[in-house]
Amino acid sequence: MPEAPPDSSPTLRVETVDVTYGRALSALRSVSLTVPPATVVALLGANGAGKTTLLRAVSGTLRLHRGAITAGTIRYGDTVLDGGDPVAAVRAGVVQVPEGRRVFAGLSVDENLRSGGLGLSRRTRTAQIQESRDRVFTLFPRLAERTHQAAGLLSGGEQQMLAIGRALMAAPRLLLLDEPSLGLAPQMVQRIAEVIREINAQGTAVLLVEQNAGMALSLADHAHVLEVGETRLEGPAGELARTDAVRRLYLGESAEDQGAA
Amino acid sequence: MTAFLDNILGGLALGSVYALVALGFVVIFKASGVLNFAHGSLLLFGGYLTAVLHDDLGFAGALALAVLATAALAGVLDRFLLQRGGQDAHSAHVQTIVTIGVDIVLLTDLSRRIGGDLLSLGDPWGDSVTELGPLTVADSRLAAIVVSALVIGAVFALFRFTAWGLSLRAAAEDLEAAALMGVRLSRVRAGAWCLAGALAALAAVFLAAFPAPGLERTTGQIALNAFPAAILGGLASPAGALAGSMIIGLTEALVVGYQSDLHVLGEGFGDVAPYAVMLLVLLVRPTGLFGAKGTARV
Repeated sequence: MPEAPPDSSPTLRVETVDVTYGRALSALRSVSLTVPPATVVALLGANGAGKTTLLRAVSGTLRLHRGAITAGTIRYGDTVLDGGDPVAAVRAGVVQVPEGRRVFAGLSVDENLRSGGLGLSRRTRTAQIQESRDRVFTLFPRLAERTHQAAGLLSGGEQQMLAIGRALMAAPRLLLLDEPSLGLAPQMVQRIAEVIREINAQGTAVLLVEQNAGMALSLADHAHVLEVGETRLEGPAGELARTDAVRRLYLGESAEDQGAA
Repeated sequence: MTAFLDNILGGLALGSVYALVALGFVVIFKASGVLNFAHGSLLLFGGYLTAVLHDDLGFAGALALAVLATAALAGVLDRFLLQRGGQDAHSAHVQTIVTIGVDIVLLTDLSRRIGGDLLSLGDPWGDSVTELGPLTVADSRLAAIVVSALVIGAVFALFRFTAWGLSLRAAAEDLEAAALMGVRLSRVRAGAWCLAGALAALAAVFLAAFPAPGLERTTGQIALNAFPAAILGGLASPAGALAGSMIIGLTEALVVGYQSDLHVLGEGFGDVAPYAVMLLVLLVRPTGLFGAKGTARV
């Protein structure tokens, strides 16, 4: 597969995508979403709304869950990503950090990081891994101290750092983050939010799926709210944070709070 | 004392050969979650090719071709038959059953070809022996130990230092996370099958060499003893397969060597010993010697 000439600023365009699991269960219906270069887009919604499904559609891993895109297109710049090939996504510069961290517990921290570069072509791998490792260690100095430790022995926060670091090894231009704050202490959530801001400031676009809507909206430029497989709301994150529905459903404020504010 | 050392050496030689088989079995399980019941037939296939080709190609050429052909057969089997079923745990169970079918087909055909013959593989050791102090050791046994050690060392280096090895270990830990990193699961899997096929073909040579009379249609069944070795080691652990193979090999050699003193257990206890040891170990360590070693903190 000839590699496409590096387009410095591709945009992710998800257009009217339908996803079905097991040929019967409809998980997404006509969902569209755009992630322009170097922006943060948040994807909100309750459990089962289809947030993770959308990320799987982009990263090409639906097939592992017996799901398929049945309509619509996903493009990243000129690269078509709706063919269900995870390698194509990684090589195009789109890398997903799975929900629940999913680090390789029995492998060392260093091996986990190296595994992040496995999707790169052999030609670019060695040089890229060296460069990316330096970047990851600058972002997460704590990982540098534990390169030989088994990843399963890290704390939850450290595992999340490793999961993000592992994804950064492929030098993505678009990072798909699935619930990075899940199960972490408030202080660690703060730290992860800073990291996302920093990664974005370095020019990487982020598509962020979060239950923690407060955190997500504070980071995002643009946000989408999914409800049972369809887009319910979308707009600039700041505006969305002020709408009643979002405040009530995702920011945990009651009607009286809004009156007081 | 000499008899004891002789038995130990015999056990190590046998264990080395089992290790080649068990390692392949474990690598397949690790990469695909499939228990390959066709492993014995693959071994017999490799041995049979070496046997029919060595007159024309010489031993080395025949063995090289047999190893390549068995690797290719295993790889094709996985890529174009088993992988069509999918990559998840449920399909792995179905694929395990499919390997039983493959075993029956392959074994039937090879049995038909071999019939009641004892085939020589044309190995260079013949029945020559080497004097090691008080011991007289068959060269074929020394070769088994040395060759297995080298090959297994190389396989462990593959796991540790190559991108394929890292891909395999990552995919064994978490298939989806590995896919998200851009690991080509189908290639990694097929590669594991190829490796296992190659190891089985190599093991056939030593199973058929002196003091065994030659390759028989039942030689593949001897490889069955490598299964308890793999289970005993923890099934997904290459190091465990190695340790398990040595334990089984030594047990079998010692039980056969001291059979006259063990007659309370009846004739032929050597055939049962590997499974008896497996059961004993599993009673103490239900996940095998090296199983469930990874400590995960959530």
